[in-house]
Amino acid sequence: MIEHHLSDSLLIGYAAGTLPEAFNLVVATHVSLCDDCRARLGAFEALGGAMLEEATDTAAAPAAMSQGAFEATMRRITNMPPEPARAPRPRSTGLFPAPLVDYVGGDLDAVKWRSVGGGVRQSILPTSKEASVRLLYIPAGAAVPDHGHRGLELTLVLQGAFRDDFDRFGPGDVEIATEETNHTPIAEPGPDCICLAATDAPLRFKGLLPKLAQPFFRI
Amino acid sequence: TEAEATRPDWTAQIEKIRATQDATAFQELFVHFAPRIKAFLMKSGTTESMAEECAQDVMATVWNKAQQFDPARAGVATWIFTIARNRRIDMIRKQRRAEPEDLPWGPEPEPDQVDVIAVQQDTLRLQQALAILPENQRVLIERAYFNDLSHSEIAETTGLPLGTIKSRIRLALERLRHAMN
Ligand SMILES: [Zn+2]
Ligand SMILES: [Zn+2]
Repeated sequence: MIEHHLSDSLLIGYAAGTLPEAFNLVVATHVSLCDDCRARLGAFEALGGAMLEEATDTAAAPAAMSQGAFEATMRRITNMPPEPARAPRPRSTGLFPAPLVDYVGGDLDAVKWRSVGGGVRQSILPTSKEASVRLLYIPAGAAVPDHGHRGLELTLVLQGAFRDDFDRFGPGDVEIATEETNHTPIAEPGPDCICLAATDAPLRFKGLLPKLAQPFFRI
Repeated sequence: TEAEATRPDWTAQIEKIRATQDATAFQELFVHFAPRIKAFLMKSGTTESMAEECAQDVMATVWNKAQQFDPARAGVATWIFTIARNRRIDMIRKQRRAEPEDLPWGPEPEPDQVDVIAVQQDTLRLQQALAILPENQRVLIERAYFNDLSHSEIAETTGLPLGTIKSRIRLALERLRHAMN
């Protein structure tokens, strides 16, 4: 049972195509797991359509197209290759939902992990530079040190669970942390915790010990 | 109101493009939607020339994808909005586009008329709700679409004045559950 969902504005950002690629991946992965957020996304796409349709006031008044734009578009159509039929994207059968499989190039066994100390492993996925996204493998009982955030951090749990100063996050749950959030996530006993975490700024660690070379330690 | 009564049924234009490659029907869509797409892109920080280029590309894609339009899933404006969203990511942001996996049911060969009418009624209700929204609330929702919110506003689940579209979300959930049973 998913208890922590995407915020309205994240779903709107995904619907409008304004989010950094790394955040889009977290949103698409959560939506693949969560029918509530899928329905909310559908509603926000419809709201986007309504805003486009109703764009008459000063805030979004239509912008005149250039001279001959229609004719140019008709020429564009003539030169366009026929639209291929959209291939269905079937539900994934492994741990990772399909959008994550696309980025990893396979399921859990295809991940190229790198140790970051304390038994914690990570794998950074290639995206545009505005934000970064990584898979984190946190052994049961291990912790990510107390840290704050310079930007926005989204953490989606894929397996296991972690607990921090605010709540507990299990499979499918998303934690949304901002500049105002300081927390120490700890993986719960049980299955090791695997998360997909995206951030648009480096984390800010409080202690002296945990620096970039060793961002995670075991407690 | 008069404006609502005379609003063209854009689905008919799409049908004409599908059936007879009707350039006149397409021009009606173009005159209405291209300037709106361009404005939407410029409002989100795209240069005028790029927004023009992208709006033309979106409209060409509307023609090209007319066969794939499913009126039981979304209204025409919503469908065009999602095409514009995809082109914004491909053309302007030049990024890969992570898409959710599909639900386990495929598109029906013939759209269910009950769903088609439900989508049309939903769309109208949403437009009416948007039209009567107080200016300050409308601005906040627009800022979310134009990527103009602070990090804490993005994180906040209940910060946006979305009471008016809650019924739309409830309906979408009901349809989803209905379709999955
Ligand atoms: Zn959700
Ligand atoms: Zn954090």
